[in-house]
Amino acid sequence: MNSHKLGTYAAETIDLAPPARAESARPATQPTAQPRWTHIHAPDVRASAVHGTAWRGLRREFKVFLSNPNALFGVAFLLVVALSALLAPLIYPGDPMEMVARPFLWPGQDVAYPLGTDSMGRDVLAGILHGARISLTVGIAATLLGLSAGILIGATAGYFGGLVDDILVKFVEIFQTIPSFVLLVVLVAIAQPTTGTVTVAIAIVSWPTVARLTRAEFRAIREKDYVLAARSLGFGHARIIFREILPNALPPLIVTSSVMVASAILMESALSFMGLGDPNRVSWGSMIGAGRDVIRTAWYLTALPGLAIVFTVLALNLIGDGLNDALNPRFSEER
Amino acid sequence: MSAYGRLGRTIRKTILQAVPTMLGIVVLNFFLLKLAPGDAADVMAAESGSATVETMAALRERFGLDNPILVQLANYLNNLAHFSLGFSPRYGMPVADLIGQRLPGTLMLMLAALAIAIIVGLLLGSLMATFSGRVADRLISIVSLLFYSIPGFWIGLMLILLFSVKLGWLPSGGDSTIGSRLTGLPAVLDRARYMVLPATSLALFYLAIYARLTRAAMLEVKSQDFVRTARAKGVAPFFLITRHILRNALIPITTMAGMHFGGMLGGAVVVETVYSWPGLGRLAFEAVMARDFSVLLGILLLSSFMVIVANAAVDLLQAWIDPRIGASR
Repeated sequence: MNSHKLGTYAAETIDLAPPARAESARPATQPTAQPRWTHIHAPDVRASAVHGTAWRGLRREFKVFLSNPNALFGVAFLLVVALSALLAPLIYPGDPMEMVARPFLWPGQDVAYPLGTDSMGRDVLAGILHGARISLTVGIAATLLGLSAGILIGATAGYFGGLVDDILVKFVEIFQTIPSFVLLVVLVAIAQPTTGTVTVAIAIVSWPTVARLTRAEFRAIREKDYVLAARSLGFGHARIIFREILPNALPPLIVTSSVMVASAILMESALSFMGLGDPNRVSWGSMIGAGRDVIRTAWYLTALPGLAIVFTVLALNLIGDGLNDALNPRFSEER
Repeated sequence: MSAYGRLGRTIRKTILQAVPTMLGIVVLNFFLLKLAPGDAADVMAAESGSATVETMAALRERFGLDNPILVQLANYLNNLAHFSLGFSPRYGMPVADLIGQRLPGTLMLMLAALAIAIIVGLLLGSLMATFSGRVADRLISIVSLLFYSIPGFWIGLMLILLFSVKLGWLPSGGDSTIGSRLTGLPAVLDRARYMVLPATSLALFYLAIYARLTRAAMLEVKSQDFVRTARAKGVAPFFLITRHILRNALIPITTMAGMHFGGMLGGAVVVETVYSWPGLGRLAFEAVMARDFSVLLGILLLSSFMVIVANAAVDLLQAWIDPRIGASR
């Protein structure tokens, strides 16, 4: 980790040289033999972008990630899920909640319905493909919402410290103390269950983890020299937070976000299994909830959507593990 | 510093931290209750079947629902101070009594699940750490990641399918045989039979976490000097692992177990609905279906309170296990 950081610094100084040379060359047009004293010119930080150099070091991480077979399997499976979510309306244009055939067709019994039909004669494969849409949209949207809220609050607490920090930490602690799934059930029960409310509710119970993580990272990075340098250059708080500190605090957040999508999908499926999902859309959890009543006679109705959940979540966790190994070998494994 | 002094200091610190958190949760709870559609008067009116505008107003006045919101908050706090969580018209009994009835079932289930998760998790984690990098490690780590990805309710249904429907070994729901007049040991065994499946379904997720955590902690401890010393003086490998490495790796696991109390309560909600286990989770589910928000928020409040108590207990446990904790702060 340390050596890698040094590597980025080296890349940065080398990278800063060309613009400095270009500027020093312009006023002095006559050919000068004197050596260039690049270090006495403060490089114009405004002109040289920060992110251009910050992402250069990522090639190594990318290589590590790509050499991890588990992570690649995860990416491949997730791509399949995403593709089926995108193509579901094309392959099965009709409403997946509509009756299409004789009920209780077992998988393989009829070629037109490869995964069979449920107790109401609905196509199971169509349900699973359409269910991928809701799982992925809720998972990703809830994660994005939770990440933004968590980063904003965590960054504010970690960067400013003092009283602001104390208050925000207490606030985070309150949300972390309340059992999250119970709170989720309460929130969804109060606001009527729709895809939107479920997404927001999942974001509400998942932002505290991000906030804590961001705060810890910000507290550590705040003391670094380059932040001091940025401050002495007169940058505003917003610029320091978003351009200087946040890019360096990202690795653990990226790892967390893939695990967050996984747990959001799990939460959504549990909610819709309990009948607290959007009643007008088919979801893996609601399919399991419906199949549960006939588990003695038609267990495939419970098993198949469940396998879809398990493999999607597993894929996300494998990606999370791969990202973890690639981005931060010392990042603790506890979640 | 004496052990008692250390514990006393930890207790004081914990209480000082817990009180504002609890207050915050209570206020949040109150506003959620206010946000819920329909107040107590609506519920009563719906239960009785007929109500005029006048009787509704009278009901509201009687329950203090026409007061300003801050007065209502004060009343709510006052009621809580007297351990009153309100009244559930649906069940015809105070919410606190209702929750008190269901609490032991959930606690038993959670304790059983926690025990399974920790014991099996430690075992698997030690195996993984001992054979780190080899086939056994890879295999167990994939299995544990699989456990980590399986939704509790689904594995519950699959276990029912296998052990109750297909094999007929274990009961599929409930907490004891109905109508049996067993006492003593047979009664305990009967209950244990009913508990195996729900506790296992609840435990799998946490088992995976503890296995991975144990592996990481043990690998970390393994590289320390005192382990090399122990090995050099000829400690047998088994004792080296159990006494020297595992014992020192326990601290992060107790921390996590305390933090998982809340998560486990949430997991119990789902697992209890699958197994119709008469606990808090099942009650929460029934309350959601009946739109009985006073019960639902009572459960939320009480479970948050239990999380605080559990966290305090873990703090104390750690101050007791490890003298370095608590003394320095």
